[in-house]
Amino acid sequence: MTGDKKLLQQYVLQLADNVMILGQRLGEWCGHGPVLEQDIALTNISLDLIGEARVLYQYAAEIEGEGSTEDDYPFKRDVRKWRNLLLVEQPNGHFGHTIARQFMFDCYHYFHLKELVNSPDERLSAIATRSLKEATYHLKYSSEWVIRLGDGTEESHQKMQEAISDRIDYFDEAFLPSKIEQEAIIADIVIKGEKIRAKAWDKFREVCKQATLTIPDVEYPQKGGKDGLHSEHLGHILSELQFLQRAYPDSNW
Amino acid sequence: MVIDKVHIEEVLRQVTDPEIPVLTIQDLGIYQGFEEIDDKIIVKIIPTYTGCPAMDMISVNVKAAMQEAGYENVEVKLVLSPAWTTDMISEEGSRKLKEYGIAPPVEKTSDKSYLSGEQKVVPCPQCNSKKTEIVSQFGSTACKALYKCLDCKEPFDYFKCY
Repeated sequence: MTGDKKLLQQYVLQLADNVMILGQRLGEWCGHGPVLEQDIALTNISLDLIGEARVLYQYAAEIEGEGSTEDDYPFKRDVRKWRNLLLVEQPNGHFGHTIARQFMFDCYHYFHLKELVNSPDERLSAIATRSLKEATYHLKYSSEWVIRLGDGTEESHQKMQEAISDRIDYFDEAFLPSKIEQEAIIADIVIKGEKIRAKAWDKFREVCKQATLTIPDVEYPQKGGKDGLHSEHLGHILSELQFLQRAYPDSNW
Repeated sequence: MVIDKVHIEEVLRQVTDPEIPVLTIQDLGIYQGFEEIDDKIIVKIIPTYTGCPAMDMISVNVKAAMQEAGYENVEVKLVLSPAWTTDMISEEGSRKLKEYGIAPPVEKTSDKSYLSGEQKVVPCPQCNSKKTEIVSQFGSTACKALYKCLDCKEPFDYFKCY
């Protein structure tokens, strides 16, 4: 791969890793949801996200060429090669934690895809057009739950508030540039965080206000995931996600 | 092998969706024609939902139908553009959905109400009552939401507008 191809591929992987890891996390809810409808909803969202990850990994494999496949990236890379946000690897916690994480990611994802639809890269534009329709439903779902729990009973309010406070430090990483995103050579492809940050935060604030939740100040925004520096959680996710391929390389159904 | 275009079209149009067997890939609007490259027939399909597990099944079914019709060298290609929307479901498709007990999309994605996210009335496919309510935005498959009818009390699937 030439320099600009390599960078484009790294950027595509960065986008793919977010939806792959969040999809995997949501999949952990399968069979454990608080009620049947929510179990189904969370796993439906998981399916959408893993679907998006697949088409992005396929694109990355095509750029790389030389016999690479979409499976190589999720199954064969170790922690430091992953480029996902720290937010998406955070544990499910209680349902409120899952909803807080989802809502923050949806605020970013929705506005990010809205910009990506106009990408000069036709493939990314086509992928975004498809996924934006799905992300619209995700944002609606998570917003409604933040409001229902935040403006609900005393206990649900307290738990939702706890969840927002626990996860807020991870929200801003989505809008801070990674090393790859700062490379001038792919400047016209990268959606700049500063371009969508205000819109995402507005949506976040609006919903929190309606949910009677307080947004705590962020003293130390957590970052590094996009450059491959992860929390301890990612290794554990990968040990489950990659077990089969590590134990039985290239096994197939 | 002699390639009979009319015959191929006929074969392909009869392939059905594995989850909603009353609908053909033509009714759904996901069948985007085919092309011949050398001896190979490449069938173009657009995915409904990116993560839809039925897509792999549809590819298998397309190949099987073609083989049965005598065409061995067939490849199914998923094309991402144009992005599929529920607007592509044919009128015939909508009618079949309703008969099958699934409420078809009530609006076009270009409608103002869809864009503003305001909820439309989804009539019950069993008794046509307009007194229905949403149970969950996410249903038994990626493309459906779960509703219930307040009159006949039956739960039903709604094919969401995408």
